Amino acid sequence: MSTGFGLMAPLLRPSDASAPNVEKVNAELFTLTYGAIVRQLLTDFEDVDEVNKQLDTMGYHIGIRLIDDFLSKSNVTRCTEFKETAEVIAKVGFKMFLGVTATVANWDADGTECSLILDDNPLVDYVELPETCQGLYYCNVLCGVIRGALEMVSMRTEVKWVRDVLHGDDTFEMRLKLLKQVPEEYPYKDDE
Amino acid sequence: MAAPGRMRCMYIFNRNGVCLHYHVWYRPLTTLSPQQDQKLMFGLLFSLRSFTVKMDPTSNNKGHLGVPQLPGQGCSFHAFTTNTYKLSLLETPSGIKIVLVTDPGMGDLREALRYIYSNIYVEYVIKNPLYVPGEHFRCELFNAALDQYVKTLK
Repeated sequence: MSTGFGLMAPLLRPSDASAPNVEKVNAELFTLTYGAIVRQLLTDFEDVDEVNKQLDTMGYHIGIRLIDDFLSKSNVTRCTEFKETAEVIAKVGFKMFLGVTATVANWDADGTECSLILDDNPLVDYVELPETCQGLYYCNVLCGVIRGALEMVSMRTEVKWVRDVLHGDDTFEMRLKLLKQVPEEYPYKDDE
Repeated sequence: MAAPGRMRCMYIFNRNGVCLHYHVWYRPLTTLSPQQDQKLMFGLLFSLRSFTVKMDPTSNNKGHLGVPQLPGQGCSFHAFTTNTYKLSLLETPSGIKIVLVTDPGMGDLREALRYIYSNIYVEYVIKNPLYVPGEHFRCELFNAALDQYVKTLK
């Protein structure tokens, strides 16, 4: 059984026999399938902003599952530092699920906001935005994935695109803002 | 019930204390309702962890007992043994706790718990499109794979 999402990277640690096999998906098939989903959303919702929202929500639902897949394959055992976590997403996470790596840059002074810069983005091969869709964040699903995955490791975040090649920028830049790290609390009330 | 192997039972919890799965191999005595039993187990893990952090001789950043900690912060325990059973625990950064209760002579189960998480829980539950994250699951494939795997544990 497969989630069918982006498992096309080569094995991260091919030498490690205990690592479960990472299924690979043909890159073109993946790109075209994603394109078909976005196209269908545009047809269904007829509103670019609504499609952006839908993509983000879809990504979120992928993210809250993907995190366990990621943790089990990467052997990452703790995610407490936001800085470290951002690096892991850029170097290990993107590599594992999209087959590319991102660069972490532009930290703010408090260390709660940074950018992930993607020079190579396999989602947008063959894509051009028509005049009517200039407000579309075509890759918004990725923002949702990261937001969902981080929420599962107790980091509430806000993730959005600030530069997008499809909008004429020179690269893809995603802004990651840490809102709150949620502590572990005893989940039951005393009178339950 | 069949002749007892070395396994007693297994619990999987998420961060919110929901028991996602309870699996029993051999448990001759059950006095509580499943809900009470699972809640007590989660409470045991939660309290024991806050005690281990408080008593850590290597760290001076302990805070006060019972004060919420960030996940992964501070030390944690991976097993304890009594004269009648051994409890082994795996906790992931995503808040999943896998608890395996076995006979007290069982060796180190950290690798085994890791295997159950990676190759059984993630493969058969997380990747199951019909599973709603955060809810209790019942999954034949998961049970079969788990039963198969624990037979290999010595």
